[in-house]
Amino acid sequence: MAVHLFAEAFDPWTLLAQWERALPLHGLGATSVFVGRMRDVNEQQDVQGMFLEHYPGMTERELERVIAEAAARWPLAACEVAHRIGAVEPADTLVVVAVWSAHRVAARDAGAEILERLKHEVPFWKRERLADGSERWLDKNTPGH
Amino acid sequence: MTITVHYFARLREDLGRDGDAVAAPEGPTTPADLWRQLHAGAPPPRLMVAVNQNHARLDTPVADGDEVAFFPPVTGG
Repeated sequence: MAVHLFAEAFDPWTLLAQWERALPLHGLGATSVFVGRMRDVNEQQDVQGMFLEHYPGMTERELERVIAEAAARWPLAACEVAHRIGAVEPADTLVVVAVWSAHRVAARDAGAEILERLKHEVPFWKRERLADGSERWLDKNTPGH
Repeated sequence: MTITVHYFARLREDLGRDGDAVAAPEGPTTPADLWRQLHAGAPPPRLMVAVNQNHARLDTPVADGDEVAFFPPVTGG
């Protein structure tokens, strides 16, 4: 169970392979993986880039708390969460949530819960850079999308 | 001793600084009291608060040496 913050672009599949190599996979029938990427359109406007601000220290603590609370609710064998910080380009990976468990329901439901709580509780903030050079802070995450 | 205050994201830009240091008052205090003392008005709607890097409320007790953060709703993921 670990959290990883990346200030540079990273390949989610390389990361996933690294995580799996460190796991004894015997008995782990289910893995759920969510990969979230930056879109180049938001609210009908072209977005050229983004900056992800975070609260150093609290961000890591909150991610660890969200994972620990999921692990208390579902039987998880392992969970890894990666998140980008800093300057981001369209199509860059923003977030990876990977959960390993014996069965599909725990892996799937815990992964979904961790992602939703990350979006509403962990201190990250997105500032978008638009095609005309202006910048805007996002006010909220779209619920349930 | 002091209470350290941090601001993040749009709030940091609107206030023009990333934090303040406040002399701890004699009696008990809260994030709402600190906000009124620093910004001469009520805390804005939808403001989020953390005390010592844990989510908190505007009426959470704050003690000398604590770290208080104010920020807008989070938008990660």
